[in-house]
Amino acid sequence: MKVLLAVSHVPDTTSKIRFVNKDSEFDKTDIQYIISPFDELALTRLLQIKEQIGGMHITAVTVGGADVDPTIRKALAIGADDAVRVDAEPTDALFVARQIAEVFKNGEFDFVMTGKESIDFTGNQVGEMVAEFLNIPSVASAASLELNGNIATIIREIDGGKEVIETPMPFVTSGQKGIAKEPRIPNMRGIMMARKKPLNVVPAVEQAAHTKVVKFTMPESRGACKMIDADNPAELIRLLHEEAKVL
Amino acid sequence: MDFNLSEEHLMIQKAARDFARTELLPGVIERDDNAIKPIEQIKRMQELGFMGMMVDPKYGGGGMDTISYVLAMEEISKVDSSASVMMSVNNSLVCWGLENYGTEAQKQKYLVPLASGKAIGAFALSEPEAGSDATKQHTIAKDMGDHYVVNGIKNWITNGSDSQYYIVIAHTHPEKGHKGINAFIIEKDTPGFTVGPHENKMGMRGSHTHALMFQDCKVPKENRIGDDGFGFKFAMNTLNGGRIGIAAQALGIGQGALDLAIQYSKERKAFGKEIGHHQAIAFKLADMHTEMEAARLLIHKAAWLKDQHKDYGMAGAIAKYHAAEAAMHVTTEAVQIHGGYGYVKEYHVERLMRDAKLTQIYEGTSEIQQIVISRGLLRD
Repeated sequence: MKVLLAVSHVPDTTSKIRFVNKDSEFDKTDIQYIISPFDELALTRLLQIKEQIGGMHITAVTVGGADVDPTIRKALAIGADDAVRVDAEPTDALFVARQIAEVFKNGEFDFVMTGKESIDFTGNQVGEMVAEFLNIPSVASAASLELNGNIATIIREIDGGKEVIETPMPFVTSGQKGIAKEPRIPNMRGIMMARKKPLNVVPAVEQAAHTKVVKFTMPESRGACKMIDADNPAELIRLLHEEAKVL
Repeated sequence: MDFNLSEEHLMIQKAARDFARTELLPGVIERDDNAIKPIEQIKRMQELGFMGMMVDPKYGGGGMDTISYVLAMEEISKVDSSASVMMSVNNSLVCWGLENYGTEAQKQKYLVPLASGKAIGAFALSEPEAGSDATKQHTIAKDMGDHYVVNGIKNWITNGSDSQYYIVIAHTHPEKGHKGINAFIIEKDTPGFTVGPHENKMGMRGSHTHALMFQDCKVPKENRIGDDGFGFKFAMNTLNGGRIGIAAQALGIGQGALDLAIQYSKERKAFGKEIGHHQAIAFKLADMHTEMEAARLLIHKAAWLKDQHKDYGMAGAIAKYHAAEAAMHVTTEAVQIHGGYGYVKEYHVERLMRDAKLTQIYEGTSEIQQIVISRGLLRD
């Protein structure tokens, strides 16, 4: 069984976020990059399944320049068997999805897995778009994945309950929290082997971006917490009326 | 000169940090309080390859450099130095000694399981009456032709009750002084070998420290490491490298306490502002960071020298001396910054302070490091 795992290269969650070029671009200066945590959880689940059933080959794919190689090698260190980097700056979700779909077509894969969203742009679109390009089923935000022969059983968390979906291969699914408990920590041997595993760089296919970022704005800083004396509930009511204007 | 860490170094550091946070931090206070060994956690460290990091992959190790090892030691020691001392002994003393001085047969039989996480080892040099003066070994290994018979007591042995294999230093020819000393590999179930109860220690309470007793213990001749009389040199060379690991442990303990002190200084308010904004605290933090950064650079330099196959004896002693003293000072100041909270177990810093004390004592006391450093300076 061959699985294509799409991973994104994202700023570490503790990064200081700044913008440049009139707030239209993210400032990459001094930013440490990681694998997007949902992709890491998806990889962890695949490795668990691989250890259970055996015979699974996991190819990690990403879209980006040579600067993303350390991120994709992290996926190799954790346990992916080989990797493909589509050599292009990712412009938007459609562009990335098209590239992943092309890699899928060229590689006789059985299904595509990814995280539900990258934690930088949180678009939650790539998985669905890949499925659309390939005209195969898509199950987004999977909280559980089991494989039985050619059939995948995926559980999604929905309002007030759970949805159990079965789909034959090929399909696309994106993992969310719950798909694996904790991301797998690479073992020392895995880290040292990562450079020895194949990382194939392929050119991108043409695909015009359909969206463009016009401007980023920072969220308003959360104001300081106001402490109100417990013996003075009238003051709380006044503030809720006059300042917060929620009453 | 390049101070950048490689991609692999950064991955190892992150893996160790993630492991410490997710698997060592839960229960660390309870394990210390009740002197409970981190058995499950050590098993995980074996699976992840932390127990034989520098050993050649052909013997089951990670094939990593010393920089990788000290990065991992620092991260693990920030959280649980009981786990990191078990790691340190297995890596720097047992595996290193066997890989560098063992025969091929010894490596296949003992190093492979030790480096690949299937066994744990101990290094037994200290005795009730021989600590810093390691030439005064009372344990005797009598040469019986095709085997040795070992009699004596070893003290303060880390991994004493967890190990399958013990490297034991003993005198074969007391009349020859330190040139009559040998090192032996002794297996756990050897008749005549017993392990005493564990010591009730001040710190690193999750790591159990034992006395080992040998009574007419028969050891095959092929279990001697190196030529007859090589034992003292073996022990000193092994400890030379071990110091770098313990220095990294001390750094981790100090840095763990400093991280907590910085966080607390940003949260705790006194006299209308966060205590970090009072110069008395801010300057303490500046001093603590400076001491830790200096320790880190000394350790990385010693590790680099070792990786370059250059003489690292003096650099290792300097690194261990400074890191242990700095860790003691930094952890004590971290308790002071926390005030009353620092004196209770819930806030971690009192444990780190107790743990730091041991780094000034074992694998060569600070005073022994001063001897090594000063002899290096005064040598003609």
